[in-house]
Amino acid sequence: MLRIEGLTAEIDGKEILKGIDLEVPTGEVHAIMGPNGSGKSTLSYVLSGREGYEVTGGSATLDGVDILAMEPEERAAAGLFLAFQYPVELPGVGNVTFLRTALNAIRKGRGESELDAMQFLKLARERMKALSMPEDMLKRGVNVGFSGGEKKRNEILQMALLQPSMAILDETDSGLDIDALKIVSDGVNAMRGPNFSALVITHYQRLLDYIVPDRVHVLMQGRIVKSGGPELAQELEAQGYGAVQNAA
Amino acid sequence: MPAVTETIETVQSVTESTYKWGFETDIEMEFAPKGLNEDIVRFISAKKNEPEWLLEWRLRAFSAWKAMVEPRWAAVKYPPIDYQDAHYYAAPKTKVGPKSLDEVDPELLKTYAKLGIPLREQEILAGVEGAGSVPAEGRMPVAVDAVFDSVSVATSYKERLGKEGIIFCSISEAVQEHPELVRKYLGTVVPQGDNFFAALNSAVFTDGSFVYIPKGVRCPMELSTYFRINAKSTGQFERTLIIADAGSHVSYLEGCTAPMRDENQLHAAVVELVAMDDATIKYSTVQNWYPGDAEGKGGIYNFVTKRGACRGARSKISWTQVETGSAITWKYPSCILQGEDSVGEFYSVAITNNYQQADTGTKMFHIGPRTKSTIVSKGISAGHGQNTYRGLVRIGAKAKGARNFTQCDSLLIGDLCGAHTVPYIENRCVSAKVEHEATTSRIAEDQLFYCRQRGLTQEEAVGLIVNGFCREVLKELPMEFAVEAQKLLQISLEGSVG
Repeated sequence: MLRIEGLTAEIDGKEILKGIDLEVPTGEVHAIMGPNGSGKSTLSYVLSGREGYEVTGGSATLDGVDILAMEPEERAAAGLFLAFQYPVELPGVGNVTFLRTALNAIRKGRGESELDAMQFLKLARERMKALSMPEDMLKRGVNVGFSGGEKKRNEILQMALLQPSMAILDETDSGLDIDALKIVSDGVNAMRGPNFSALVITHYQRLLDYIVPDRVHVLMQGRIVKSGGPELAQELEAQGYGAVQNAA
Repeated sequence: MPAVTETIETVQSVTESTYKWGFETDIEMEFAPKGLNEDIVRFISAKKNEPEWLLEWRLRAFSAWKAMVEPRWAAVKYPPIDYQDAHYYAAPKTKVGPKSLDEVDPELLKTYAKLGIPLREQEILAGVEGAGSVPAEGRMPVAVDAVFDSVSVATSYKERLGKEGIIFCSISEAVQEHPELVRKYLGTVVPQGDNFFAALNSAVFTDGSFVYIPKGVRCPMELSTYFRINAKSTGQFERTLIIADAGSHVSYLEGCTAPMRDENQLHAAVVELVAMDDATIKYSTVQNWYPGDAEGKGGIYNFVTKRGACRGARSKISWTQVETGSAITWKYPSCILQGEDSVGEFYSVAITNNYQQADTGTKMFHIGPRTKSTIVSKGISAGHGQNTYRGLVRIGAKAKGARNFTQCDSLLIGDLCGAHTVPYIENRCVSAKVEHEATTSRIAEDQLFYCRQRGLTQEEAVGLIVNGFCREVLKELPMEFAVEAQKLLQISLEGSVG
């Protein structure tokens, strides 16, 4: 379970998160919605430990463990996964090399044995099939020359391989056509279960038609201003963020 | 100079009486006094029982060297070298080596462990006494020559090469056994007076490798310095000569991914390659000599002249180098493309971390028609490192239809290092085509974060990104080297970020 209490954070001295309180119980999928500049991406970077995002107060624990004190890779080993809004290109680094290195790093962190090349390929092919990803994407450089949809599918593939206990999906729907959106959503839904929870960050309600959340939170100006069931997303879609802000 | 007379007398007495027992056993007692003069050159030549022509050849080199000044055009800085304050013929240090790995610098052992070097080899590399008497198991080629004191291994490889008529021995041995070949080719690619360091090497070289591949023979194995008997240490003034006769093929590996302990600060090697019609020589180097400490103290000066001549039609010479060591690297492996349709290639990765400096690149001389050259240079600078690519592509008037493609990429890590690209292009032929591409980039913060979010440590992330950057070069290395080179890149950059 992810528990965030009174979390405040700043970038370059500017306070972006102004006291976030949030609980995502294990097994649940929560959505965070909010307008541009509300602090959605900042929250995902603060939780995953990106440099330049300074936590000034509050706490965040994953299954009772303080993650804010950890290095980014330690958080990953602890089960935290971030699907990037803008997946990063690594020229010359083969996707298969990257995926296997990452998986083995995580497995090592968990005290599991590393997979050899053959074991890994078998696993990767299975997972790729489920995501309708062509096999040649393994051979290409990480995200290099990938289309927007391919990049997002590559993120979901990584999630499927690394099997995190807590995934943050940062605007995974941006730049996806409806087919890709469906494939990506299927990938996330396939992960759902008693040991998996997710925080789905999105601007639009559209994604939540496919990944139906247990709870929806509205983030505005660095605070959660409203929480509710999946119907809250539809409310927002109909009335806009302005209505929520006025109500709050 | 009484000291010299004395030593010459010693040599004479040795050569007359105990020499038959072999050079190696006596070596501890023999050294030349400090300094460099004609007597020393004669001493070295006499020590090696060289024929008169070679002595004269050395003396010509020495007189050329005396008239030359040390080159200072490279973008490297170092204090003046006193050439008279060095031994040009010295026995290995008699200092007693460590008794076991417990006495070896733990930093060195950590590096060995990271490279995955088996214990037995670690002992040999670290100079543990008594190590090397038993061949290391399960890993070929074993990266250390001392292992090949074991007679059986030595004989089996010699037999295999001998069957094909391949000559692979030390250059001293070649001077004795195959003087006609040595005389025919020595200094024909890098003449004695070519440059200051080559002249110095020509005057005082003590040993190196000699390879001759007969017509039409494809060498059945990668030849490595470490297969060579009698090469106890990388010589300070190493001299290598490789001849690939018509239609032959050879791949030669130089160096080792493990950091080698070495007492000599100045290294000035010369490597000459000759490829006849349809012959191919692939020369791969992994250089990981002591780079000095994190403050830039100590470290090897590596001033090397490497050049290959594509004499025959359709011949090909390919240089691949991974330069991670040495305090200073001054090195321009070059190709003289004489034969029509001959091909020259240069693939290079050079890393400078801490206070290392590298000024390296290549020269491609297009002389024959339709000659082709490819240059791919990847420079990585970290810490206070300074990395310069310096290259020349010269296309002569007769090189009709010649082609060159050059790509120079620089990667910067941190903001205290430097990368410089100095390409020279001279084209005297209208039908020639020359392309040059260059990029400079940094390891971006988002790349590092992306990798770390996937569970990689900062250092693993840097290693992965750097290996990606160098991929085009690393894939040119023979398999067994490539894997080790990848690890080496990562280790060389440890502590460079964060």
